Amino acid sequence: MASPSPTPVDLSAAMVMAPSSPSDWLVVLPVAWCLLAGAILLMIRRRTELQAGLAIAALSLLALMDLALLSRVVADGPVTMTMGRWLPPFGISFTVDVLGAVFAFTSALVAVAAAVFARGDVDANGRRYGFYPFLMLLMGGVSGAFLTGDVFNLYVWFEVLLISSFGLLVLGSTREQIDGATKYAFLNLVATTLFLITTAYLYGLFGTLNMADIAVKAPALRGTAPLMTLTTLYLLAFGMKAAAFPVNFWLPASYHTPKLVVSALFGGLLTKVGVYALLRTQIMLFPLERGELATLIAIVAALTMLLGVLGALAQNDQRRAVGFLVVSGIGVMMAGLALGNPGGLSGAVLYGVHSMVVMAGLYFAVGLGARVSGTFLLSDGGGIHAARAGLSFVTLALLLSVAGLPPFSGLWPKVMLVRAALEAGAGWLAAAILVTGLLTLVAAGRVFALAHWRPAQIEAPRAAARAGDRGALASLVVLTALSVVFGLWPEPVIALAQKAAAGLLDPSAYILSVFPGEVPQ
Amino acid sequence: MEFLFALLVGALFTVSVYLFLSRHLIRILMGAAILGNAVNLLIFTTGRVTREVPPIIAPDLPTLEVAAANPLPQALILTAIVISFSFFAFLLVLGYRAFEELKTDDTEEMRVAEPVDDPAPPLGY
Repeated sequence: MASPSPTPVDLSAAMVMAPSSPSDWLVVLPVAWCLLAGAILLMIRRRTELQAGLAIAALSLLALMDLALLSRVVADGPVTMTMGRWLPPFGISFTVDVLGAVFAFTSALVAVAAAVFARGDVDANGRRYGFYPFLMLLMGGVSGAFLTGDVFNLYVWFEVLLISSFGLLVLGSTREQIDGATKYAFLNLVATTLFLITTAYLYGLFGTLNMADIAVKAPALRGTAPLMTLTTLYLLAFGMKAAAFPVNFWLPASYHTPKLVVSALFGGLLTKVGVYALLRTQIMLFPLERGELATLIAIVAALTMLLGVLGALAQNDQRRAVGFLVVSGIGVMMAGLALGNPGGLSGAVLYGVHSMVVMAGLYFAVGLGARVSGTFLLSDGGGIHAARAGLSFVTLALLLSVAGLPPFSGLWPKVMLVRAALEAGAGWLAAAILVTGLLTLVAAGRVFALAHWRPAQIEAPRAAARAGDRGALASLVVLTALSVVFGLWPEPVIALAQKAAAGLLDPSAYILSVFPGEVPQ
Repeated sequence: MEFLFALLVGALFTVSVYLFLSRHLIRILMGAAILGNAVNLLIFTTGRVTREVPPIIAPDLPTLEVAAANPLPQALILTAIVISFSFFAFLLVLGYRAFEELKTDDTEEMRVAEPVDDPAPPLGY
């Protein structure tokens, strides 16, 4: 049947003719690598003794890839690779800018630390049920979400990370886990479905799903199309994923139930993916509409940070208290989104990087502390300082970092956000950030005083030293050291965050990387 | 045609939200199943309901001559169906396990992870 076409077809009008340069493959490599490594680990999941080493090696390689990608993006600007040779917007584009690369690299670092920590936290049974494959697939979803340049593709990566997170959440199947997972699963189903509904409307209005194409076409559609509806729906959908008040209740219901390393991964990474998607849609795609919503976002931000930390103050279980501190941090990042000026946005990006590292570290610290004192409860806790002064010291450093005290990493994003809020004339938002900092210090100080400083209240079970204890401590120390280094020498990271914020506010370089020639109108 | 589809999508969303508001897990599960279908139909409708002509260019023509079906929403729906199916399969098993472990399908009584009588943290040493 295949007869030669009588009309000559100019393929270059629709397809990429030049082969991708090898260095462009770096754009999709983190995702492809995670999925491949996850598949390999799934095939050998009965060889539990091999899993940890392979996963740590694979994730370290992922961190190296993300680092290479980050240095490339910082040097040359955004990089795009479009799948299947179709020219954008017809093919699915992966577009990496500084924002995506910074978050991808930080998340890979946290994942390496988690894989090391898991050696002592996940037993052979948990490995046989696929902890490490789930971890790799989760990282595939997280990396994909940070690197993609297509809205529907972003939805797919959200689902990949969500379904992997279900697997991690119920690993062990205790009653608490089943209960927490039920709430997590149903409420996240609603959130991703809202995301999909909004994407359907977006496609109906724009006829395209490529983010750069949407950013180009939005100004022309502004007069006629209900872009405000899209922006508000995205705010709700991603606000729910990021656990912003009043749609945050799935987080404190579930994040304390799984194994600690899983809590650390979730608290460190997953909510930040929601914040990333908020930044991407609200700032890059619909900046004017976000301006209209700024007051609403600011109120949501203030309520999230204050109610988050008040929730942390009301908890007796340290894991639940840390879960509420994660929520409170989301509020601080939303404050940057509400301000929408360069200072506020770079503060939000910086806080995201800080929060990924420190929240994961804090869960590790709580877990290691509970191994010493035998309990997560503040009412029964105590004696960690007497037994393990070094561990106690590291935990204190992390607690102070969360509260935003110098010389730790929490200080700088809060300084930038408070200054940006004052510049924008939103003194009350600055006050909310500062009051939150004070209350966080109270909550953190109480955790230290009750669980670490005071004498032991109960007879701690003499736990045999577990395999991987030293590795777990090392990953905790490395995360804390990152926080200290970044607190003492913040310039490089601040410069990156400012670059990321500038790329969001003026996406012309992003658009140029997707459409190198003529921009379609 | 789009108008009728919009009404149908609205009706499906209404039913699914109503079921989601129930306290019983089994009704929420049914709501989740309907929600997935409602969204798929929504994607189909926002892609515009066009004639059932396959978008294939005849060999002797440079472009499509008649208005043809839009293949992209169908690709999106196919992806969404696969995802919502796997999601729903997981939720079914999770709901069943929750009923087995917690001996209830009433979400108000599912307080194992967040106990009602959780004590407040101590106020001092």
